[in-house]
Amino acid sequence: MGKKLALTGNQAVATAMKQINPDVCAAYPITPQTEIMQRFATFVADGEVDTELITVESEHSAMSACIGAAAGGGRVMTATSSQGLALMWEMLYIASGMRLPIVMPVVNRALSAPINIHGDHSDSMGARDSGWIQLYSENAQEAYDNVIQAVKIGEHPDVRLPVMVCMDGFIISHSIESMELLPDDVVKEFVGEYRATYPLLDVDHPVTYGPLVLPDYYMEFKRQQHEAMLHVKDVVLEVAKEFERISGRSYGLFESYRLDDAEIAVVILNSAAGTMKDVVDSYRDRGIKVGLLKPRLFRPFPYREVAEALGNAKVVGVLDRADSFGGFGPTYMEVASAFTTNGARPLMLNWIYGLGGRDFMPEHAEQAIQQMVKVLETGEVEVQKDYLGVRE
Amino acid sequence: MKGWRDIPMGGVIPDAGNAVQYNTGSWRAFRPVWKPENCIQCLFCWIYCPDGAVNVKDGKREDFDYLHCKGCGICANECPGKKGQKAIVMVEEGK
Ligand code: SF4
Ligand code: SF4
Repeated sequence: MGKKLALTGNQAVATAMKQINPDVCAAYPITPQTEIMQRFATFVADGEVDTELITVESEHSAMSACIGAAAGGGRVMTATSSQGLALMWEMLYIASGMRLPIVMPVVNRALSAPINIHGDHSDSMGARDSGWIQLYSENAQEAYDNVIQAVKIGEHPDVRLPVMVCMDGFIISHSIESMELLPDDVVKEFVGEYRATYPLLDVDHPVTYGPLVLPDYYMEFKRQQHEAMLHVKDVVLEVAKEFERISGRSYGLFESYRLDDAEIAVVILNSAAGTMKDVVDSYRDRGIKVGLLKPRLFRPFPYREVAEALGNAKVVGVLDRADSFGGFGPTYMEVASAFTTNGARPLMLNWIYGLGGRDFMPEHAEQAIQQMVKVLETGEVEVQKDYLGVRE
Repeated sequence: MKGWRDIPMGGVIPDAGNAVQYNTGSWRAFRPVWKPENCIQCLFCWIYCPDGAVNVKDGKREDFDYLHCKGCGICANECPGKKGQKAIVMVEEGK
């Protein structure tokens, strides 16, 4: 078993990266991610890793450097947030289109304008169609565990896709919590050696990356990407099983909390799920059958499994820390689609909360559950999409 | 044509040297014409051509490979020729 330590989310992720010891990392600072690459740069300077650290002039260049290094055949990582992820946009699609299993912690932060450095999920939710696998993490422990597992998931021969590991800016990245680290040699053995399929640096077998593909073949390559995504669920579960053997911690596609007999189900991502679980407990104490589902794997989204897990709920409330102006929140859209796989028709509500790092307090969770209790009683949804904690 | 299950992952071209299978000559709007009388055999055209469309045999320049020459005109631009007379001139196709 590993060591118990008090670490911030950023420190935990930087430590995971040290233990993974990637071949190449690109580094560019952006709040609240900066501390990850800063700490990692210290590990490089102190000779604690063998990584080639490339300092670049922007996130666009950071992802470009990662793509080159990954095409070269290396195990490659970087980290970003917010505007940095937005600036990488063009290159995100190239990394996934070229099937390069880069691993990137994303410390979730709001997007400008107005400029704001605090946590919400607008950045990674915007990138959900970029062809990257997305794992979400409630706390520092999950972020650490997800980063280590992400390496094996992305590099799996049936997958070969890049992975984002998301955690909430400041709330998790800068808060100290007690967590457990695995021993270095255990992580090293777990992630193993990476063998790229078409390494550019294998000069005896020269290959071409990034050729022009016209209407005659483009769609076939995109269909392949979808196929790779379809393999991800099984691989995530397989890797989770292996990870449980070394850590004692179990992971799935999502976490179900008091969901089995729940009439009311709340779906919520990342750190706010912790607050919500406490409030679920207090409602359970009062005899109200509330449960919670916390997605871990958001891309690919496990539609069938989520629909099954929410199967018995009559009212489903989805809380989103990102908005789609003029539409429902991104998690709501996925959960609503999930019910098309089994034909369930619960009453559904969507709340947008915590934008720009606004605190998600127990009273906000109560307000949502209270509303769902009312909908369960009346069978009527008055406002389908609403905002929590916004001043009128 | 191949289906999505039979093509290499990620748009990679796993074999080298297959540009020869693609007849880029059909893209040409202007055709380079070689004038051997002005040629000093410097082979600049051979070095600069992005498509390997200048045939060379035993170190001597031969005529263009029009199946692959795209007509970019780089060779004509670089050609020093003899006494100010170019050994490559660009002629519009169809003329
Ligand atoms: S015109 Fe361009 S492609 Fe054709 S031979 Fe000259 S340099 Fe090569
Ligand atoms: S560049 Fe001009 S002079 Fe030199 S070899 Fe080619 S055609 Fe001849």
